[in-house]
Amino acid sequence: MSDDYEPQSAVAKWIDKRLPIITLFSGHLMQFPTPKNLNYWWTFGGILTFCLITQIITGLVLAMHYIADANLAFASVEHIMRDVNYGWLLRYIHANGASMFFIAVYLHMARSLFYGSYKEPRELIWIIGVFIFLLMIATAFMGYVLPWGQMSFWGATVITNLFSAVPFFGEAITNWLWGDYSVSGALLTRFFTLHYLMPFLIFGLVILHIWALHVPGNNNPEGIDVVKGQDTVPFHPHYVVKDVLALVVFMIVFAGLVFFSPNILGHSDNYIQANPLQTPEHIVPEWYFLPFYAILRAIPDKLGGVIAMVSAIAILAFIPWLDTSKVRSSKYRPLYRQFYWLLIVDFILLGYLGSQSATGIYLILGRLATLYYFLHFILVMPLIGFIEKPKPLPKSISEPVLTKEEQLTKSGQMA
Amino acid sequence: MIKRLSIFLLLLAHTVSMSFVFASEEMHVPMQPDWSFQGPLGKFDRAELQRGYQVYTEVCSSCHSMDLVSYRNLVQEGGPEFSEKQAKAMAAMFEVEAGPDADGEMFMRPAILSDKFVSPWKNEQEGRISNGGAYPPDLSVMVKARSGGADYVYSLLLGYEDEVPEGIILDDGVYYNVYAKNQRIAMPQVIYEDGVEYTDGTAATEVQMAKDVTAFLAWSAEPKLEERKRIGFKVIVYLIILSFLLYFTNKRIWRDTSH
Repeated sequence: MSDDYEPQSAVAKWIDKRLPIITLFSGHLMQFPTPKNLNYWWTFGGILTFCLITQIITGLVLAMHYIADANLAFASVEHIMRDVNYGWLLRYIHANGASMFFIAVYLHMARSLFYGSYKEPRELIWIIGVFIFLLMIATAFMGYVLPWGQMSFWGATVITNLFSAVPFFGEAITNWLWGDYSVSGALLTRFFTLHYLMPFLIFGLVILHIWALHVPGNNNPEGIDVVKGQDTVPFHPHYVVKDVLALVVFMIVFAGLVFFSPNILGHSDNYIQANPLQTPEHIVPEWYFLPFYAILRAIPDKLGGVIAMVSAIAILAFIPWLDTSKVRSSKYRPLYRQFYWLLIVDFILLGYLGSQSATGIYLILGRLATLYYFLHFILVMPLIGFIEKPKPLPKSISEPVLTKEEQLTKSGQMA
Repeated sequence: MIKRLSIFLLLLAHTVSMSFVFASEEMHVPMQPDWSFQGPLGKFDRAELQRGYQVYTEVCSSCHSMDLVSYRNLVQEGGPEFSEKQAKAMAAMFEVEAGPDADGEMFMRPAILSDKFVSPWKNEQEGRISNGGAYPPDLSVMVKARSGGADYVYSLLLGYEDEVPEGIILDDGVYYNVYAKNQRIAMPQVIYEDGVEYTDGTAATEVQMAKDVTAFLAWSAEPKLEERKRIGFKVIVYLIILSFLLYFTNKRIWRDTSH
């Protein structure tokens, strides 16, 4: 891919001979052969990179003004909102940026699931992605604790208490996490440190994610292997411009939130300073954790709930082997496609139930939705691979679908 | 088929749960007056904020602090925009503890622009003991700290009724308020007609006073609201134009590629 780059200027030649960084970037960001049929669902990778960089830059400046101290944190955030130049803008971008980050990552994962981007030879890309998602969850959770409002405090209390479900060592682990006998300033300072560290770990994993992607190249909506040259276009300008167009549309929504309803996704209780003596009526996590929160509460046992919630994320890493179908794209999987949409609805339903109190009808629905979530991966995915008769695949993404005769022979082979 | 069925189930779940919410909710939907600062181009009404400051100072501030707001904020753009001279005079009406002086003694001096609003209490404990154990909360970000925002605060101020409905038994130091949670609140009615004498001559009705002070609290909770909306408008216009340009650029680039 990078064979045809020749440095032109003397400076470029000098540098590239010693450190072929220009060749590297030229190969991976300019000439990189990309399937020409990618749709807009493929633009979220670039959007997510933008989100990460935005969070890091705004977070860096916020950290210059924020004070990680139980008595001062709340007021220091308000100091940023009131007295720091454009502090309100930085903070609202950072807070809403987390939500936009999760919107993008959920769409990115949903695309990957639909088009089978996790299948051979792209398993590692997907698994690294699951680890990125896990780190994102940890980072976002710790970030929400930093303003030290009521939801920060009580959210931290609920989640860190989950560790007490661990048999025998539960109490020791929670005390070690807290650095105290309850959630206090000691927890705040360590969460701040970790919240600052983790985005850089995510950044490292993102590099591995892209590296692993650039070995086999992109999957595509047809889910079939591409022929280089015939089916591909150079990344620049075709996908650079397309990705930036999608990014700008994404930014319009982002700006709409930041400038016109910056608090709509937050909870009003978080504008009340943390008070260990007063528990809020409903403790709810940020919206992007609600599906997993619903799974946690669906299990009547504390330890069981924690195991279920962790498993709900861990199971994602095994999808490349749970899915037994050789056909990547759900476009050609009429039966699986139905269950795919059922999973999406199930996940949204879980999110809704997570925002309601776990009683009566919500609890019953929550248990059913949790059951389906796991059944989808453990039962539906492996089984359908065996019983489904996929539609005939096109020969290449450039050619129309197979001729009638070819279809007949192909379906004969399948049966 | 499964897709449709699941969408139906989702809607059903929503309907069922919504009916539960209204049946169990102990809150009344607040009144919704027209606020000058709502909507994408909304701005604060200077005169309203100035009157609101007067209501806060003469009525609310005998119990409620506003620790996050400074007297200098009263002068800043996008707020009540008092003149510097006015704000200095307003600050000087309060005393703050300063020092230590050269003799190691603390002393009292008139507040200046850089001081935070002076709290009615020396500390939380004093506020608590003076109010039957219930500490009057700080009002700096109150409008953002309650669901319903300005509508809720406004309604709460006007929600007192003399006639307590049957079945509601009030403890000592608890008052009946239509908009409070469970219709009970520890704050007595404080907004009464002509409770203040407005310097601009506006008639001080209960509705007027509640609206003015709520607008003032909305500003104190979000002092950069006007700047935010102004910049936001430009940003969105810029992004929309940019997206059109990119749309056509993208189309041009892909013109010769069949895909």
